[in-house]
Amino acid sequence: MDVAKTVDATGQKCPMPILMTAKAAKELQAGDVMLIIATDAGARSDVPAWVTQTGNELVESSEEGDVLKFYVRKK
Amino acid sequence: MSDAVTGDEMMTIIAFSGDLDKMWPTTILASTAAANGMDVTVFATFWGLFPLVRDGEKIGHDAMTKMLAGMNPPGFTKSKLSKMNMAGMGRSMMRKVAAKSNLMPPEDLFEMCLDMGVKVWPCQMTMDLLGIRADQMLPGLGEPAGAATALARMSKSEINLFI
Repeated sequence: MDVAKTVDATGQKCPMPILMTAKAAKELQAGDVMLIIATDAGARSDVPAWVTQTGNELVESSEEGDVLKFYVRKK
Repeated sequence: MSDAVTGDEMMTIIAFSGDLDKMWPTTILASTAAANGMDVTVFATFWGLFPLVRDGEKIGHDAMTKMLAGMNPPGFTKSKLSKMNMAGMGRSMMRKVAAKSNLMPPEDLFEMCLDMGVKVWPCQMTMDLLGIRADQMLPGLGEPAGAATALARMSKSEINLFI
């Protein structure tokens, strides 16, 4: 998967992972995929909620230890 | 002042409390709603105006309002905790705890809100009542407004909060 942009929100608390994601999304073209990396446990539900609310697409998500990864395609 | 309706979902927060712990939900919800693509307005009224005054500004237009400002100093960094403030000890502990856990202070979250297009409208009546001038407030705020303006916005908002 080609990643156009990576948002590294490691160590950031709510609401920063979402604010960083929203900012990054503005700089993407439709169809681009961004990778969001977060360690805030709240991001587990917050990132999918943001994706639904903004009409984007969650392509894939994974979890390794405390590290959450989300691949989101901009619609 | 832009009170045009964009067609996006709307959220309006009446920010009545200037307490430190209440400015967190106000700024977190406002910035996140903006990140969600919502059209967000924060109507700052009464104590909610105090954090929006620039540090070091002397507010108050007569002896009584000046005394009030002395007892309740304006500015984000002067905001008290709504409980267990203990003459500022609780506030400083809460700020340390937040910094340790990497939670942004409300003044930084407020900056993020403005960056993300959240509209902040100071209440004109409170400004007149307590002697706060527009030039004493943080940059980036909207024009002062009144209750009817706030209500016009609230009647169109999917989410309305009083914090």
